[in-house]
Amino acid sequence: MSIAAAPALHHEHDTHAGPPRGLGRWLFTTNHKDIGTLYLLFSLMMFFVGGSFALVIRAELFQPGLQIVDPHLFNQLTTLHALVMIFGAVMPAFVGLANWQVPIMIGAPDMALPRMNNWSFWILPFAFALLLSTLFLPGGGPAGGWTLYPPLALQTGQAFPFVILAIHMMGISSIMGAINVIATILNLRAPGMILMKMPLFVWTWLITAFLLIAVMPVLAGAVTMLLADKFFGTSFFNAAGGGDPVMFQHIFWFFGHPEVYIMILPAFGIISQIIPTFARKPLFGYASMVYATASIAFLSFIVWAHHMFTVGMPLAGELFFMYSTMLIAVPTGVKVFNWVSTMWRGSMTFETPMLFAIAFVILFTIGGFSGLMLAIAPADFQYHDTYFVVAHFHYVLVPGAVFSIMAGVYYWLPKWTGHMIDERLGRLHFWLSVVGVNVLFFPQHFLGLAGMPRRIPDYALQFTEFNMISSIGAFLFGFSQLLFLYNVIQTIRGGEPATDQVWEGARGLEWTLPSPTPYHTFTKAPVVE
Amino acid sequence: MACNRIARGGVALGSVLAVWSAGARADFAVNMTPGVTAISREVYDLHMLIFWICVAIGAVVFGVMFWSIYHHRKSRGAVAAQFHESALVEVLWTIVPMLILVAMAVPATKTLIRMADARGADLTIKVTGYQWRWHYEYLNEGIDFFSTLATPQDQIHNTVPKDATYLLEVDRRLVVPVGKKIRILTTAADVIHSWWVPALGWKRDAIPGFINESWTLIEKPGVYRGQCAELCGQDHGFMPVVVDAVPEAEFQQWVANMKAKNLPAAQAANGGQPL
Amino acid sequence: METQETKSALATANRRVVRRLLLAVAAMFAFGFALAPLYDVLCQITGLNGKTGGRVAVARPVVVDETRTVTVEFVASLNAGAPWEFAPMVTRMAVHPGQYYQTRYLARNLTDQRLVGQAVPSVAPGPAARHFQKVECFCFNRQKFEPGEERAMPVTFIIDPELPPEVRTVTLSYTFFKLDDAGG
Repeated sequence: MSIAAAPALHHEHDTHAGPPRGLGRWLFTTNHKDIGTLYLLFSLMMFFVGGSFALVIRAELFQPGLQIVDPHLFNQLTTLHALVMIFGAVMPAFVGLANWQVPIMIGAPDMALPRMNNWSFWILPFAFALLLSTLFLPGGGPAGGWTLYPPLALQTGQAFPFVILAIHMMGISSIMGAINVIATILNLRAPGMILMKMPLFVWTWLITAFLLIAVMPVLAGAVTMLLADKFFGTSFFNAAGGGDPVMFQHIFWFFGHPEVYIMILPAFGIISQIIPTFARKPLFGYASMVYATASIAFLSFIVWAHHMFTVGMPLAGELFFMYSTMLIAVPTGVKVFNWVSTMWRGSMTFETPMLFAIAFVILFTIGGFSGLMLAIAPADFQYHDTYFVVAHFHYVLVPGAVFSIMAGVYYWLPKWTGHMIDERLGRLHFWLSVVGVNVLFFPQHFLGLAGMPRRIPDYALQFTEFNMISSIGAFLFGFSQLLFLYNVIQTIRGGEPATDQVWEGARGLEWTLPSPTPYHTFTKAPVVE
Repeated sequence: MACNRIARGGVALGSVLAVWSAGARADFAVNMTPGVTAISREVYDLHMLIFWICVAIGAVVFGVMFWSIYHHRKSRGAVAAQFHESALVEVLWTIVPMLILVAMAVPATKTLIRMADARGADLTIKVTGYQWRWHYEYLNEGIDFFSTLATPQDQIHNTVPKDATYLLEVDRRLVVPVGKKIRILTTAADVIHSWWVPALGWKRDAIPGFINESWTLIEKPGVYRGQCAELCGQDHGFMPVVVDAVPEAEFQQWVANMKAKNLPAAQAANGGQPL
Repeated sequence: METQETKSALATANRRVVRRLLLAVAAMFAFGFALAPLYDVLCQITGLNGKTGGRVAVARPVVVDETRTVTVEFVASLNAGAPWEFAPMVTRMAVHPGQYYQTRYLARNLTDQRLVGQAVPSVAPGPAARHFQKVECFCFNRQKFEPGEERAMPVTFIIDPELPPEVRTVTLSYTFFKLDDAGG
């Protein structure tokens, strides 16, 4: 087989020019670009799997009454939609972008730990095969929500141990990915690439990687305790044995809130790369961007209980978590102001990546505003666990994280493939997505304020209209993503050749490389002045 | 032609609105309810205050951005400036938001403190969440009963038309007096539930093994509906809360009826012995 | 060309980073578990969830505050699948802080099997929890019931005079859980 022979033929690893052929290339690859591609393709696949769950959910919610799925299956779909989108779509997409971009942005020949890189990817398909296969077990998949709150989560049937194992595998994959990113950034920067010269995408990923290292093990601990409660007779979360179900929520959200930032900090990084390029002007406030990112990461560890205002904390606790949560608005605001200032007096053009970046700034900020409203504990007693919360986190995750990923792909795809994207198709995709996403999620604010709880398969009649509108938006948004898929495939297969710089205003090491990027780059470190 | 088209559009829009308002949707809403308690009104005011602050900040930030997007575009011949920092504005836009946050935190803190104060209640009701119904126990009166969804399965499965109170009606409502401070203790018997009536201004989780204390003082007689707000399994969407707030005299009458109907002798109201 | 030396220096640096990060991962995993006992400590201090803990309060001489009267409410709940009848024998008591009181809860096994139950106490409002001290309580131990057995189970308690002055009503709630190891 070509795979076995390829490395042995060459004395120097960095001298062979191209990748080996066949399936073996992808199974055994240690090349950061191949692994980046694998991550991105896997993430795209999961995006469609999780999206199809969401469409079934929205179809059921199109009108009151039960039409398509029964409540138990509905709960399985909401649970799996969340797990698949968070751990299967958004996080791997960012890891994929990091694999492709971090080495070529800091002038490194590859990731620091290439073999571990291969493992950390190949765990994922098995983890998700395991997770999704639980749908076919007697009793079905997990139906207690992705937050896995006991005692409800402990009522899960045969699926339970498989779900926990799948979560452990995802966690191990994320941790290995994070270790790799940190080692690469700390050890493989080109001469002259000091920390405070690193592109912001690299900075935000460095901080994200530390967050992953800090909280993924805590999630692992929490789900292990759940497993022990279910099968080994412990009582971590069982009141009868001296435990407390609320403690799970504390441990879970100690992981969960930093997790939220794990899904948004790299997005901040991507947007901070794209806006200066198309404004043809350096990023405003580079240093304050770095400090803002770091302070958001720090604050994310002391705000977790704002997810739990209704569990009945002592007054002092509620006040503390309310104030600390409100504080996050400050560094987040700094970032938004910096992006707007970067645009200010620039010389802007609006190619597809820039359109997505601008939509990100606006729609993410709307999600930030509803986040600020949710931070106000007394008002949260009304908002909590309603569609207002659903609208809030989808605004920060869909036109937030997902838009940033699409912006990043459109931005870097010409560099990776050597072909420009179909700009007209890209803009069509953008406009359909931006209209779809708002029709989908904006009415959910109204639903929540009017009193519709989340995670219900059927609803009272006064919620009918906005649910219909939301479902229509869901299908518009969902099917528009096929355009994205088509555009990406077409760009890989051919298209107008890209120059090395690709975009007129692009600055940075990756744009000094040829397009498409050779299989091995920066085998000799560039010097950054 | 154009006029004709606009007129036709107007008719279409009008008919959509007519259909919209014709439905039995008296409580169709886009905003939080101000509710029927002093606390719920405070919460509503807080919500609106923060909403308008966000709108104002959004208008300024997005206004600047759109102005820039319009004027500073290459196609209009804009040449990029090269500035990339300014200590003054950076300090300013860190401090100003802090001040705005403090302005929000002050009223929020006051409301939160009032909500935590359950002293001096006139009656205590224990609310217990079950999969999937609520159990109410009037501690002082010795009355207790289950309250279960009353919407027929036929309506849920779309074989008959739905009532106006679809999914929001129960077999036995929680009857409470208006103008009295009611202390509500929530707990659960199996998994976590959350007891929520939007008109009262809050929800509170019901946690198995533990009790949570909250309170309300309803000012206006009426029927107030809510739902379980914490995912509690298959029929989470089918365990509504219906509160029937009645004048004090009517409440006493109801209590007397309930006691006469189905209850063992009320337990001694006071007792126990110092050692 | 990279020299052999820089390559091995790099490998050492990578190994060092990996080692440190793995250590951090292990520490955070352990921290997740450490949160369990830490949480209990926090509960004792803050009265989170109204947890009184299963601890026996040490009987120590205190001055009875005759001038102050606190209403104590007694509440009973049954967890789903706990086949008992379970109720306080007295639902309300007016007590003076610093004075010992005793009351009882009545439980009856509704099945024809031996059962083992555990009562879990919770106090509302939360800040009162640590001032509600139980000297003797059926919640300290598992309770075994013969088929159909009915039993009155005592609680002896004292309200600490340091109970915050704004608290006028304290609710003591017990939830009765069935334990699975009924044979033991």
